[in-house]
Amino acid sequence: MELDIRTPIGWMFALIGALLVIGGLSSGAPTEGVAAGLNVDAWWGAVLLLFGVGMLLLARRHATQMRSSRH
Amino acid sequence: MSALNDAMQLSAIDWAIMLVYFLFVLGIGFMLKRSIKTSSDFFLSGRSIPAWVAGLAFMSANLGAQEVIGMAASGAKYGMATSHFYWVGAIPAMVFLGVFMMPFYYGSRARSVPEYLRLRFDEKTRGFNAISFAAMTIVSSGISMYAMGLLLNLLLGWNFSVSMWACAMIVLAYILVGGLSSAIYNEVLQFFLIVFGFLPLVLLALYDIGGWSGLQAGLARVATSQGYAAGAWSESWRFMGTTTSNPMGVEWFGMAMGLGFVLSFGYWCTDFLIIQRAMAAESMSAARRTPLIATLPKMLFPFLVIVPGMIAIALTHRAGAGGFVLPSKPDGTLNYDLVIPVMLGHYFPNGLLGLGLTALIASFMSGMAGNVTAFNTVWTNDIYEPYIKRGASDAHYLWVGRAATVVGIVLSLLAAYLVAQFNNIMDVLQLVFAFINAPLFATFLLGMFWKRANGHGAFTGLVAGTLAASVHHGLTLPAHALVGIKGGWLAVVHLYPSEMAQNFWTAIFAWSTCFAVTIAVSLATRRPPLEDLAGLVYSQTPRLLDADDAWYRRPALLGALALAAVVALNLLFW
Repeated sequence: MELDIRTPIGWMFALIGALLVIGGLSSGAPTEGVAAGLNVDAWWGAVLLLFGVGMLLLARRHATQMRSSRH
Repeated sequence: MSALNDAMQLSAIDWAIMLVYFLFVLGIGFMLKRSIKTSSDFFLSGRSIPAWVAGLAFMSANLGAQEVIGMAASGAKYGMATSHFYWVGAIPAMVFLGVFMMPFYYGSRARSVPEYLRLRFDEKTRGFNAISFAAMTIVSSGISMYAMGLLLNLLLGWNFSVSMWACAMIVLAYILVGGLSSAIYNEVLQFFLIVFGFLPLVLLALYDIGGWSGLQAGLARVATSQGYAAGAWSESWRFMGTTTSNPMGVEWFGMAMGLGFVLSFGYWCTDFLIIQRAMAAESMSAARRTPLIATLPKMLFPFLVIVPGMIAIALTHRAGAGGFVLPSKPDGTLNYDLVIPVMLGHYFPNGLLGLGLTALIASFMSGMAGNVTAFNTVWTNDIYEPYIKRGASDAHYLWVGRAATVVGIVLSLLAAYLVAQFNNIMDVLQLVFAFINAPLFATFLLGMFWKRANGHGAFTGLVAGTLAASVHHGLTLPAHALVGIKGGWLAVVHLYPSEMAQNFWTAIFAWSTCFAVTIAVSLATRRPPLEDLAGLVYSQTPRLLDADDAWYRRPALLGALALAAVVALNLLFW
């Protein structure tokens, strides 16, 4: 199978993470509720962004290994 | 159907996240389009899936929304004891499947669980299993679609039919073009989405209630207010001594035998919906590791799905106004099924709310896709090919598989409308399927490990086990229940303290009957020829040597590690 599922997973989470970071920073932290003062959107977005980039790096490392093992 | 008082207001960012998800799900289907050339590609991913992908898909196919919503509801109703459904009712059976049973499923080259039954026993045993399984997938997929339409209507005010059809069409599209691979790869994506969508909910809610100790104190209030000991909601085994000391109304023997042995092995070791994921793995070793890899996320999932329910009930009982409270049904009792959705609305700001709802929709889709891919395979290989049209070309069966995908989805949608109209019909159907499933594991256990078992024995055993389950149900009743769908429709000779206890004992009776009858009838009829059993029965199959593999690839070692971890978890939350 040519598809490495880590690539689409990586892109999707990076994209959703970026959306959350941008949305969170532009709307500001909630001032009421449990998460008062904590910008949960921005923080969780950063976590997703990191996860997505990590997945993309893993997929890339795998692809270069496959290519070098073929030579 | 009416929206909640404070229906969630979605903003642009929530919609954007949902849209990104839908585009990726469809995109994965279309990226796999080129790899579907034969029926084996469509039904079995050409047996090419890496172990970790198959393992996460194995976990995710079982992770329908009813699992997420139902386990959170049970967490609120029964507390920590709900973890038995994972640490007792899943992990041991998953380990058994990977270590002992997968060699026969994968090694026999059967394309489905019913096909294994034909190879090992005979046509009638396969037919019985295939037809009941196909009908069951349609009904459960219909019930799940109905639940989704209802929930999205309640939460967001979306039209019931439109939300159901839209999700169904997306699932249809990606399975139609990409077959089982598309379902499996999307299940992995959905798995991560469910984890990352619900994890912040657990963290925020746990912070709200004052951490784990705050939760314990809150649950003690819940337990004592209902007349139980203070730890009845926060300990898993300590109050299982008698049926009256825990809210489940189940004692340890019924729990260990009914759930831990009969029901859990019956589901995890024989249900084609999940085993299909392992059958699609790239090698025997990968197939055996599939359920073993799945044990790791499975044993951690209670913290993601049960703990929110426990927090919800503790918060609802917390003294003082303000804060989170579970909504009530019209009759005044708490609506436990709304734990996850209402908590999403309470704790998540816009943005995270979109992520949480997308995770919920993803869990509906992964459950639906699991049912549909299992249905189209069993329909084509085990019903259409043997009974309707034999010996056609591979292209023909590929076409039939695609057609079955469309028909399967349309039938599930019809079933969903049927649930909406006549709830009772579906309850009866589900009950009948439970009767048919209860004895199944006895058949597989004898089939794989006793070479003397034959087709006549297996078939009579299954029928007898199903009858035993119905008779047991017809003669017993849970306390405070009305005679009818809950049992007692023959005569009430025994009262169980709860419906769960009745279910566990129905399963125990069905399994024992099937086990005994299969042995008796097999011994009374002809011995199956040994040469037909190679690769299908333990004693006629060469041992697999995995000592040369790296340690992290050895099924026995991985299985032992999983069991050790689950014993530790049981002791930790005793």
